[in-house]
Amino acid sequence: MSSSSTTLGQPSAVAEQLKPEVRNYPRFLLCLLGIATDGTIWFYAWMFVLTAVFLVGANAWAVQVADGMIVTHMTDHVSWGLYIANFTFAVGVAAGGVMMVIPAYLYHNKRMHDVVIVGELLAIAAIVMCLMFVTADLGRPDRFWHMLPGLGRFNFPFSMLTWDVIVLNGYLLLNLHICGYLLYMRYLGRRPSPKWYVPFTMLSIFWAISIHTVTAFLYCGLGGRPFWNSALLAPRFLASAFVSGPAFIIVTLLILRRILGERISYEPVRILVNIVRVTMVINLIMVVSEVFTEFYSGGSHTASARYLFLGLHGHSALVPWIWTAIIGNLVAVCLFLSPIVFRRTGVLVIACVIAFIAAWIEKGMGLIVPGFVPSTLHEIVEYQPSLMEWKVTAGVWAFGLMIYTIGLKAAIHVFAESPHEKLEGDVA
Amino acid sequence: MSKSLPPSSPDTPMTTESEPLLPILNNGGSSRRNVMKGVGLTLGLAAFGKAISPLATIPDNVSVDEFLQQHYKELTDDDKQEILARLESEAKEDYGADVSITDHRPIPGVKFGYAINLSKCNGNGKCVEACHKENNHDRSTGESYIRVLEMDKGSMDMEAGNTTYDHTVPQDDKFYMPVQCQQCDNPPCVTVCPVEATWKEEDGIVVVDYNWCIGCRYCEAACPYHARRFNWEEPTIPAEEVNPEQSYLSNRIRPQGVMEKCHFCLHRTREGRLPACLEACPTGARVFGDLNDPESDIVWLLKNKRVFLLKEELGTQPSFFYFFDS
Repeated sequence: MSSSSTTLGQPSAVAEQLKPEVRNYPRFLLCLLGIATDGTIWFYAWMFVLTAVFLVGANAWAVQVADGMIVTHMTDHVSWGLYIANFTFAVGVAAGGVMMVIPAYLYHNKRMHDVVIVGELLAIAAIVMCLMFVTADLGRPDRFWHMLPGLGRFNFPFSMLTWDVIVLNGYLLLNLHICGYLLYMRYLGRRPSPKWYVPFTMLSIFWAISIHTVTAFLYCGLGGRPFWNSALLAPRFLASAFVSGPAFIIVTLLILRRILGERISYEPVRILVNIVRVTMVINLIMVVSEVFTEFYSGGSHTASARYLFLGLHGHSALVPWIWTAIIGNLVAVCLFLSPIVFRRTGVLVIACVIAFIAAWIEKGMGLIVPGFVPSTLHEIVEYQPSLMEWKVTAGVWAFGLMIYTIGLKAAIHVFAESPHEKLEGDVA
Repeated sequence: MSKSLPPSSPDTPMTTESEPLLPILNNGGSSRRNVMKGVGLTLGLAAFGKAISPLATIPDNVSVDEFLQQHYKELTDDDKQEILARLESEAKEDYGADVSITDHRPIPGVKFGYAINLSKCNGNGKCVEACHKENNHDRSTGESYIRVLEMDKGSMDMEAGNTTYDHTVPQDDKFYMPVQCQQCDNPPCVTVCPVEATWKEEDGIVVVDYNWCIGCRYCEAACPYHARRFNWEEPTIPAEEVNPEQSYLSNRIRPQGVMEKCHFCLHRTREGRLPACLEACPTGARVFGDLNDPESDIVWLLKNKRVFLLKEELGTQPSFFYFFDS
């Protein structure tokens, strides 16, 4: 990518004097990392806490690899748990970032264009988390190379998991390229060449949808699991992704506004709230549609749904989870639809947090676990995550937040160094 | 890339003395802050090393040879001999057992099928126990590839079934249905495996290469018959209880973190013997044989009895049949 920089755009004289010492891309990244790790005492405290949580998670994972997955509460009956639940959710958060890219690039919204990198950085952090969650779920992470095409045996195109490996890594590379290229050009004060990022951005829009569709296909393609074996799964995944992603970005933008003031426009927040208003309602319609189909027809195919919502034969471990999610979704919809969200920032933040948590439950504990209860032989074995699983999960989230924080700080630095007046009109 | 830049540009950073080699530590800011960042980084790395130190026990369990071992289908005969010898010595080292591990290949032209007479099965569970011993299952969990469902007469609803019954059998109002791997002709577990660690052999048996499986458990989610098991920890089994007659793709002691499943006792059946669960069954409910042999019991049975397949509507095409005496 660095080699591309000299062939594109004409470096302006002003830009030449800006940072003469940084003239290659790896060096630029290294310098940026140095700058991004400078900050106030609050920044260091935040990073210290995240590091501590990450270390706890790393330790729990190391114990799990050494002693076996027995340290989790997963069983042969519920063979996927908190890790795959979080993986599924994080894919959605990554895909949700595209809801900034679409207004920015397809509708040429100027204000959104200025902050679109917030969504792309979120996608990077979330995809890294996805890869970490999948690795945490492997019984033999030492055999990871068996998946590498060429070295191992990659069961493509038959296994949906191989599709997921491709789309997730592809999405990560796309976003790394787009973010890195745009930041570097901005840093150099050059006009980014559209041919080096516009096609990639357009591709990333389709790719964002594909990562969540493929992840849904992982589950809905399994004929032996009636709870997942529904054509509605992929659309539902997308709808809830376009709630959780934008909700997270709204909170990020509000925090940035608090720190940086009016330089961060309110317009993108307004657009994202309007997007969430629509996607949340679509998601709820689909939930209602699924619940109706399950409960009105009845029969043994609906055992998982009955277990999830009402409890089955005296087993009801997931009932509190799902009703928390449903109530959260309803409250968040009401808050989002009311005009108060635009008047009271506090209300908006609360609405976003509730929507985010509700989506996390709905797509994690409320989707992955009931697929296994009752089992394919209709045995009921319940599952609640073990402390080790919570530790690993917290560690991965902490690492994701660290990446996101560093990425945002780097981006803010670059944008502050090269005010965007100079780049007026560079929007494709 | 530096060629197109003006010559005045100091674009060879590594040779210029004023250029910091590690900008992460030296870029801007006060020197005190940089020192603090350096200290923080060092402490962080040290803590990380400490945090993941449990991983240091792994080299004891995973040898370099095992780490580098290729997929079963890519092994030459020489490779296999070397691997089998290594696995035998590992069994000696880890379990104190003298075992003989061979690599049984399918008998050409044979396609195995299995059937259970639900009128005869009385739920005594001898098959479950025989499988446990024959296949060197983990003693602490009492694992077995077979589960027996106790079901109400007058219904085929598995949801009303019970696999954990603990009373004298048979109960008057119940019937019993053992379930194990159905050795599907269209096996969902094989399709979903991302690394081809499980496949269907020519004689119809679906096998797992325990040294290739990465432990993602996608096959366990895909199987409609609850036929697959995961090794949640290293199996424990006393030396005197280890069944020393072993095969690479069947009953050798499995490593931690990989999948396993019923393999129709291929270390026996590919030698012309019967599966351990059949030999242990006191009721004569089990019938095993070659579906390609017109003289076999199983072919006679398919012609003369009315049989059904479990969850036939899923299209998995099992080689496992259930029938009743008329």
